[in-house]
Amino acid sequence: MTKIKAFIGPAVFLTFAAGAATAGTLGDVKGRDVLKCGVNTGFAGFAYPDSSGRWQGFDVAICRAVAAAVLGDQDKIEFVPTTGETRFTALTSGEIDVLPRNTTWTFTRDVDLKFTFAGVNYYDGQGFMVRKDLGVTSAKELDGATICVQTGTTTELNLADYFKTQGISYQPVPIQTPAEADQQFLGGACDAYTTDASQLATQRGTYPNPADYIILPEIISKEPLGPVVRQGDDEWADVVRWTYNALVAAEEYGVTKKNIDEMSSSENPEVRRLLGTEGDLGRMLGLDADWAKRAIAANGNYGEIFAETIGVGTPANIERGLNALWINGGLQYSPPFR
Amino acid sequence: MTSIDVSREQFRLSMLLYDTRYRSLTIQVVAMIALMSAAAWLVNNTVENLSALGKDFSFRFLGQRAGYDISQTLIPYTNDDTHARAALVGIVNTLLVAFVGCLLATAIGVTMGVLRLSRNWIVARLAAVYVDGFRNIPVLLWILATMAVITDTAPAPSAFRGDNATASMIFGSVAVTNRGVYVPWPIFGPGWQIVVGTFLLSVIAILVFGRWAKARQDATGQILPTFWIKLGLFVLPVLIADQIAGRPISLDYPELQRFNFEGGGFLDKSFIALTLALSLYTGAFIAEAVRAGIQAISRGQSEAAAALGLRSGRIMSLVILPQALRVIIPPLISQYLNLTKNSSLAIAVGYADVRATLGGITMNQTGRELECMLLLMGFYLILSLLISGTMNWYNARVALKER
Amino acid sequence: MHDVSFVRHEMLSPQPAPASQVGPLRWARENLFSSILNSFLTIVSAAAVILALAHLWPWFAHSVWHAGSLRECREMIAQRWGEDATGACFAVIRDRWKQFLFGFYPSELYWRPTLSFVLLLAALAPILFSAVPRRMLWFSIAFPGIVYWLLWGGSLALPICVYAGFLVGMLVHRLVGPRFGSLLALIGGVLATLIWWFYLAGPVAGLLETILPFLTLEPVASKRFGGFMLSIVIGATGIAFSLPLGVLLALGRRSGLFIIQSICIGFIEFIRGVPLITLLLVASFLLNIFLPPGTNFDIILRVIIMVTLFSAAYMAETIRGGLAALPRGQYEAADALGLDYWQAMRLVIMPQALKISIPNIVNNFISLFKDTTLVAIIALLDPIGLVTSIRADSNWNGIVWELYGFVALIFFICCYSMSVYSKHLERRLRTDHR
Repeated sequence: MTKIKAFIGPAVFLTFAAGAATAGTLGDVKGRDVLKCGVNTGFAGFAYPDSSGRWQGFDVAICRAVAAAVLGDQDKIEFVPTTGETRFTALTSGEIDVLPRNTTWTFTRDVDLKFTFAGVNYYDGQGFMVRKDLGVTSAKELDGATICVQTGTTTELNLADYFKTQGISYQPVPIQTPAEADQQFLGGACDAYTTDASQLATQRGTYPNPADYIILPEIISKEPLGPVVRQGDDEWADVVRWTYNALVAAEEYGVTKKNIDEMSSSENPEVRRLLGTEGDLGRMLGLDADWAKRAIAANGNYGEIFAETIGVGTPANIERGLNALWINGGLQYSPPFR
Repeated sequence: MTSIDVSREQFRLSMLLYDTRYRSLTIQVVAMIALMSAAAWLVNNTVENLSALGKDFSFRFLGQRAGYDISQTLIPYTNDDTHARAALVGIVNTLLVAFVGCLLATAIGVTMGVLRLSRNWIVARLAAVYVDGFRNIPVLLWILATMAVITDTAPAPSAFRGDNATASMIFGSVAVTNRGVYVPWPIFGPGWQIVVGTFLLSVIAILVFGRWAKARQDATGQILPTFWIKLGLFVLPVLIADQIAGRPISLDYPELQRFNFEGGGFLDKSFIALTLALSLYTGAFIAEAVRAGIQAISRGQSEAAAALGLRSGRIMSLVILPQALRVIIPPLISQYLNLTKNSSLAIAVGYADVRATLGGITMNQTGRELECMLLLMGFYLILSLLISGTMNWYNARVALKER
Repeated sequence: MHDVSFVRHEMLSPQPAPASQVGPLRWARENLFSSILNSFLTIVSAAAVILALAHLWPWFAHSVWHAGSLRECREMIAQRWGEDATGACFAVIRDRWKQFLFGFYPSELYWRPTLSFVLLLAALAPILFSAVPRRMLWFSIAFPGIVYWLLWGGSLALPICVYAGFLVGMLVHRLVGPRFGSLLALIGGVLATLIWWFYLAGPVAGLLETILPFLTLEPVASKRFGGFMLSIVIGATGIAFSLPLGVLLALGRRSGLFIIQSICIGFIEFIRGVPLITLLLVASFLLNIFLPPGTNFDIILRVIIMVTLFSAAYMAETIRGGLAALPRGQYEAADALGLDYWQAMRLVIMPQALKISIPNIVNNFISLFKDTTLVAIIALLDPIGLVTSIRADSNWNGIVWELYGFVALIFFICCYSMSVYSKHLERRLRTDHR
């Protein structure tokens, strides 16, 4: 019946698809048996389609984990590409269920735009990249430089603030996509390129001679990036938040894609609770007992995902740094599964 | 249509449907009610949705600090100015692209349209390739491609540096780089009013002289070499006044500093790329219109003009073009409108037009989609109406006056 | 008087024309070097062409078709043609051409869009070429339903039931007409159709589905549409739906009924006054604010609606031009025959007006097809959007011209063939004899 309406809709120019607001997002996702996930249109290392049309990357892996936890299949996802401009409307309007698209957690987004950040999957900060032969070693020396900056993000505001506090001037070159930034920066149309440090590293890794470029030591902002959901649907926010926490906890307890079956019968009660062999955490979340097991089995734990998509050895070649587990001096920290 | 006398017939309700005198009224009333209820439905939905989102409808955000920088500003602007000011910067930038683009597109279009009819085989072929190439590929692709061409081919400022620099400034004063073009810019010293005043006077003198020469030609049939006299009037008095006033106007030359050229005037690359791409694209359509216009003039006209002993240049300017203009102008209007509207693609190359400031960064930072889109659409609507109004007025002036 | 006269008895054999007056030399003189200005232009243009070719040729000549990444491409080029050689890396096209054509459509189902495209050509044939038998028009009418079924999948019962709505409407119109007059018949027909669609079509389709389960295809979400398939779907749907809407708007604008006229003029001028990108932004940002709370539908559908409205305004102006070009005598003749307004329009005016307008309708379609690229700005992965995505793959980061060139080439082929067709039509329809 809903299908009928969806078809007749276009014919009379109005479609009233099944009311999304009533059931709650978790119910909706289960009902339609597909997770709608907002991703970047193309962002090396974090979200991009490969040649067979399958989406890959660090952000995408979060979605896959959620889909595996809720629907039991990491491929039951509809990927919705979004730009910096369209992403929030897409989430508000219900076009997507979760937005893991490198979105910075800020006060206004959380409070005024009415979103909930379900965690921080990547602690980032805005940095600068320059050509080595420019002879610049600090961002403070960039007085009068032309700087490429991605538009529609917090990046351009941070940039303006930073140069204002330093009392130096610059010439902004706004760009839309990372690919354009590469073109401008490599062609020498801007002296420096500023965006999140993770992105700088990722992009540098794909340059013909990555060693010719350096990332300046200054990190001018805090950019906690995390999956976003609509405010007011705590049930769904919990699902996303704890799926993500499960990935982090799995790394902490050494649960990997490979050993997950053996670990189910582990002696550690926390691991047993996590993997559903003890207690009924899954049911409390509105899912079944194996939810976290499936989420981890999909693409591995947080560390495995990191290593495979953006970690050392990949083109992005990013150190764990702030994103190491708390036991290794980083900030990634999962509340206890209890 | 019905001419039966029914005035004494009594009014019945069914006449609202079947009587052609009332039927049109009925239809209109129904349409009006439908329109009103549709509008009310939309407004009602909007109010409900906005309150559900916890948003209000207000333009107060325009007064808040914008906080972002804009690369090319014709009016003073810093990131401490308001969103309204940023929107104004965008509006001015849009107008600039539209104005320069229309001029350039007309120049390119007329040249290519005439060249396409050239008897020179290779020139006509090249013009055809240009016209077909640009007309059949999306303008967004052309904008991106133009940007990429400039980035890839023009030298970076660092190429101007050092003893064995790979690039050099044209005439030692103009630097074409892949960030934009740096040109000398006049500095107005004390006494500049004399020079500018002289310049204005000479422009007036040129106009007056032109009229007088025309009147004289109409009266006596003699043709004066107006071009050289006008050129003299244009250049000489200003030069003399400049010398007398003690050279108050000097030029500020761009010089290569640590990262960039500083000083002089600067044309941003994104502006150049956008304007160039839009005018080349629109120029191809104008070329088609010009070709059609010229071909619409019957051959007899040019033959008759030739029989009167006019030279080919004068045949074009006195006989063919004035007539062709009537055919060319209507499509020209819609091309100008298209160019103006296509300038909203500026964001693709990072040019800060009104869509990029008000409808882009401001909207994104403040989350005021409804207000920003209303303002944006209102602006484009007014601009379009102004352009089409002006051009229609001009069209009415050049239209063939039938007596 | 001398009667000495000289008459030549044997004829001279004809001499060949001077070398400057025959063959390529004469052609060159007349077409390339007829005056100083022309010679100058010729030399300049020839130099430009040669320069451009000299720059582009090595790029094509050194192209690489088999490689897994841009880095590999560069290595192969450097190895084969020297360190400084530049060359195209067409391997990216080889790697991604399917994505460019079909987007993210499941690869085992590529036959469905392909078949749809072939059917599209078949459905267009009777409209575009008068030589094709008229009976084919029925296929053109059935085409949208078939294509919906093929592209989106699901049961064929749905399109059948939607078409049945039109049949129901016509049936009611036939039944009511003789008894209650044409206006009531029209209203009754429309009402019956709507009632059928909203209340009866669902159950009937469900019933059909159970009876004929073999007519069900695997459903594909429109999110998976992309590349040129997306452009063609948006463009073709836009033009197909905008045509009837444009006809209504054009008639409304010429109707002489003040309110209706004002509404139509207001709509047309508003749409033509704002850039398409603002309408697309409305589709992306605001449509869910204008519609009842909880309404949410597919972004591609929203885009199609906006594109349809956009193109309807332009279509209305095109058709208005066609209506204006008809001599008044046609209207008067229709009146004289005693036809009412709709009959006159349907039988006399519209067929002629549409015929005159076809070249411009085709031009409208060309510009609409090109404008579909703007959806890249609101994050739909049309060919230009895909270029961004592909460049985000670390294998292909840094590649520019190969991708833009490929997209431009396909657009050029499509649009140029359409514009050639429209020129051909213009020539055929031209009635003046010059």
